[in-house]
Formats: sequence, structure tokens, C-alpha cells
Amino acid sequence: MAMMRYAEALNAALREEMQADASVFLFGEDIGRYGGVFKVTKGLMEEFGELRVRDTPISEQAMTAMAVTAAMTGTRPVLEIMYADFVPLSLDALINQASIYEYIWNGQVRMPFVLRTQGGGGAGAGAQHSKSLDSMLAHVPGIKVVAPVTPADAKGMLKSAIRDSQPVVFLEHKLLYNTRGEVPEDADFTVPLGKAATRREGRDVSIFATSRMVLEALKAADALEKDGISAEVIDLRSLRPLDVESIATSIARTNHAVVVNEGWNFCGYAAELSATIMDRCFDDLDAPVARVTLPDMPVPYSEPLEMAVLPDAGKIRDAVLRVVK
Amino acid sequence: MKNAPSIEEHVEMYRKMIVVRRLEEGLGRLHKEGKTRGPIHRCDGQEAVGVAATAVLRDGDKLTSTHRGHAHYIGKGLDVYPVIAEIFGRATGSCAGRAGHMLIADAEKGLIGGNAIVGAGIPAATGMALSMQVLGRKDVAMCIFGDGAAQTGICHEAMNMAALWKLPVVFVLEHNQFGLTVPSSVQSPVADLSIRAAGYNMPAEIVDGNDAVAVYRAVANMVDRARQGLGPGLIEAKTYRWEGFSTSDMGGYQTPEDIAAWKARDPIRISYDALKNEVGAAALDEIEREAGAEVAAAFAKALSDPFPAFAVPSAYAAYSGAL
Repeated sequence: MAMMRYAEALNAALREEMQADASVFLFGEDIGRYGGVFKVTKGLMEEFGELRVRDTPISEQAMTAMAVTAAMTGTRPVLEIMYADFVPLSLDALINQASIYEYIWNGQVRMPFVLRTQGGGGAGAGAQHSKSLDSMLAHVPGIKVVAPVTPADAKGMLKSAIRDSQPVVFLEHKLLYNTRGEVPEDADFTVPLGKAATRREGRDVSIFATSRMVLEALKAADALEKDGISAEVIDLRSLRPLDVESIATSIARTNHAVVVNEGWNFCGYAAELSATIMDRCFDDLDAPVARVTLPDMPVPYSEPLEMAVLPDAGKIRDAVLRVVK
Repeated sequence: MKNAPSIEEHVEMYRKMIVVRRLEEGLGRLHKEGKTRGPIHRCDGQEAVGVAATAVLRDGDKLTSTHRGHAHYIGKGLDVYPVIAEIFGRATGSCAGRAGHMLIADAEKGLIGGNAIVGAGIPAATGMALSMQVLGRKDVAMCIFGDGAAQTGICHEAMNMAALWKLPVVFVLEHNQFGLTVPSSVQSPVADLSIRAAGYNMPAEIVDGNDAVAVYRAVANMVDRARQGLGPGLIEAKTYRWEGFSTSDMGGYQTPEDIAAWKARDPIRISYDALKNEVGAAALDEIEREAGAEVAAAFAKALSDPFPAFAVPSAYAAYSGAL
């Protein structure tokens, strides 16, 4: 184990997979000489050369389409899209290309590529650099979507994503890069995709959260303890496929559910979670599911305005108190 | 002459063009009888571009096609029977009836594949070329695309990266004069779209797209360069779409004079005239008869084949939200 920042854990995963497999290559804006605007790819061009670590022009549409077909023809590309807000430029490649071919070509091709990006608010980056588009991406069949929150998961899930035979969208969060945690140094360490993680056990309510919202949910659980409420916090680090069994098992014990996602409310990832919980757990619920999300509006710039709209521990605690009252 | 096809290669291109023509004519007849499903995009009159461009390729080379890809499919080596079976949604089709005529792929033959998002084949071939360069392979990727696709933003992005990184990709612009119903002159301020290659420091050549030999030679030169690591090239093959955009097109925007003028320059006739002194009219007529019989037999067999049974693709975890 080593204490690492989240960005360093990602860097270690990329380095190890590139050392182990010559077909893994990286491309994206500013990732080579500069090492990435969040320093995730620092030092990799020096180690692996310009053939396998490429600075690109600002061409997200074609880059994403190229990742899809490079993956079909023998390589394992890892594409960095600098902000999740730019992923709408990638959507034709994801929705009309990557998501369909394994099925419509009757299994003739596999597409082992990873699209790494980062989203979320809280950094004063404004309405075009602060979004969480989780639901838009998780909506598409044929594509896996994951969002690790701990440095250990960042490393272990990125390694699993690179080794996966299907397209994986790997969602990071700009406020997580400098968070620290213990990370296994073993090159064989991976974290499987498709499994949720219980971050805190509790009896009275289950809080299901994604990405950085897991950290806010843990803060809320601390506060709720003082309110006399025992909250369980489940990290939904795999958005698709979703670990429905872990959700159902938790609700069977707590009988209350709050879902937290930093994206928009309407048609959002929290809405899908609410519907899934109703489908699977209706008889176990003592109260309706509560959603904590971004309101349906752009992320504003000014700090008090941005903080007013972002989901946080206080809003999660309020939702729990409504549900378990 | 450098990179001219051999007589045998030209005869094979002639044969494939006839296979494609009989395929398109057969689809037209069956559409009129109400026996086709969904739109079908015929390439009558422009067969030489796809057949001759792909004749240059090796088995390991990759091809991306368009929504109007029948000549590309046959050119890259697909048998006409699984193509027809796919067009009619049969279990014996190239993709077991899942793809339909616009999206046919045969990975073993290097066709990956048709694409009905106009312009999307351009970065697709470029990405395959990127993969070849990373792996150090001596294969090339080819993208056949139309004058409509040339107007997309992704065309610019892909060509820029292809030239920047000297990727082994050849862009074959099959200029058939129309993007759906809108003439190229209403979509672009320049008649010769290949002048844009200069903006990418990429060589380009304009050829008569109805002359299979001219297309073959020009494409072969670009494929040679790409295979040597010298980077991409663009061929603009001028041709004309005799039929409408698709079987649902009511027509009315193509002038009878233009259609007649282009039909007088039928690519099959041009190859016939060029070959008859070499191999004799009788041999060419026999090839035409055999090709027609092959296509007729393929239609008959495909149309009597079973439809696929539906199954939810549960084998792929990512197709369902839950594991």
C-alpha cells in the first residue's frame, strides 16, 4: 500500500497497463508534453514515446470515433476528453457507433477502449465546465459507465476498464484529483466493474451516491449520527451495469432510500435509481425514495450561487430527515 | 504504366461491376413489387469507384463504407449471397439480419463496415489507421465517402489528424453530385472538393470515376504512399448517381439530359470497350452471363432463407443496466 493522490493512482494504472500491454495507447488534448491539465498523464510521454502518448488537436468528435475503430482493430486506446462538458461532441461516436456494433455485427468486433473524462462542479469553472452528464452516458446500452471516488478504486477500476472488451466511459471528478488514500501497489490489483461498495454501514436509511457525492454522503452520515439516525452509505461506483443486488440488500435492512447524483434532476441518473428501487424494492420501502440532485438549471459561476445549487452534505441530511421522519 | 491493373485484374473488376449492377437492378424490381423493407440506396452508374478502389487493397487492409455501399462490399470481397440475405433480413445474412443493407460488415474481409451516419466513416478509417501505426503494421485503411460527407465537420477533424500523424489511410471521395436531393453546387463553394487536401498538406488527384482503370491507378499510387508510411492521400472520383437517393426518393431533381449523358458513359461499357480487344467480346459476354446467373441464384436462395429468431442479447452485461 502507498498513500497516493487520486490523480497519481490513475497515473499508476495507466503506466502499469502500458507496461504490460503494448497495444494500450493514450491520446487527448494536452496529455503529452504537458502531462494533462489535471496531471493524470504526467511523465507518460517521456516513458512511452510519442507513438503511444499523443497530444491531439481540439477534435473531440473525430477523436472519439477514432478510439472506437482503433479498438476494433487491435489496440486498446485510452482517450482523455478534458471536461465532461465536451463529451456531447463525442456522442455520435458513442451512441451511433460504439454502442451498436457488437450487437448489429453479430459479435464480429469488440471495442476495448476507455473514454476518460472529468465532470462536476465546485471549482468555479462555470456552466460549460462543471456539468455531470452521467445519465446521458449511462442511458446508452452497450457502453459501461463507471465513476470511482477513492484513489484505490481509481487505480483498480481504470485497470479493469482498460482490460475490458467493451467501451467504458470512465468518469472522474475535478475535486477528487487531490484527494488522498491508500492504494495497493501490486500490478495485479484490479477492482471489478459492476460492483457497488458499502462505505459505511447503517440501519435506518440507505444513501446511494455517485462520484464525489459519496464523500458528501459520508459527511451527512456523520451529522445524522448526532441526529440519532444510522445511515448506510453505498458507493455506486459502477453506474452501468448497476449493482442492483447490493441496492436491494441494503434497502431490505433499512427500508428507506435516498439517492444522490450531481447531475440534473429531470430524467437524471437519480431518477433511474428511483425507478429501479421502485421496481425491485417497493415492498421493502417504508417511505418514498428521495432524490438529491442539481436543480434543472445551468451551474452558475459566482461562489455563493454555485454552492446554492450543488448537492452537498446538508442537502443530503435534509432529505434523509424527510424520508425517515 | 505505373500501377495499372493487369488484364486479369481489370476483367475481375468488370465482373464485380456486373454483379453490383444486377444486384441493384434486382433490388429495384423487388422494391416495385413491395418485397423490400426500409430504404435501399442504389449505386447504379457509380460501380467503378468502389470496385476499382477496393481492388487495390489486400486482405489485411480495412475499409469503411457508406449508406450506399454495395459496390464497396462486393469490391472488398464479400459474396453477393450473404449481402442479399442481409438486405432481406435473413438469418444467413452477413450480420444475421441485424444490420440491414446500410451497415453490413465482414470483419474477416476487412469491411468494417457500412455506415449510415454521413461522414462517420471518415474518422472510422482514420482510427483504424491510427491502430495500424501504433502496432507497426503494414496495412492501410481506406474510407470511401461521398461529396455530402465531405461537408461534415468531422471530415475536417479526421483528415487533419490523418495528415498530421502521417496515418496509413486513403480517402476516396466518390463524388456522385448529390447529397440526398441537393446538388453539390448548392452544398459547396468549390466544384473540386479535393482542393481542400492542400489545407492538410496531403496529395490529391481527380479521376474519372466511371473509368475503373483510372480509379485503380490513382488509388494504387495513394495506397503505395500510405503503406510506405508517407501518410494519407485523397482521390476525388467524379461520377453520377443514376437512381434517386433511395428507393423512397420520388425524384424530379435530376435532369433527363444529365442522366442520359452519364448513362452514355456507363462504367461497365467503358471497361467492356477497353477489354474487348484484349480478351474478346465473347469472353466478356460469358462473364456477364455468369455474373447475372450468380446474382439471380443468390436472390432466389436468400429469399427462401429463414428469418432470425429474436433473443435479448443478455450475454452482454452492458446491454442491460443490471448485471
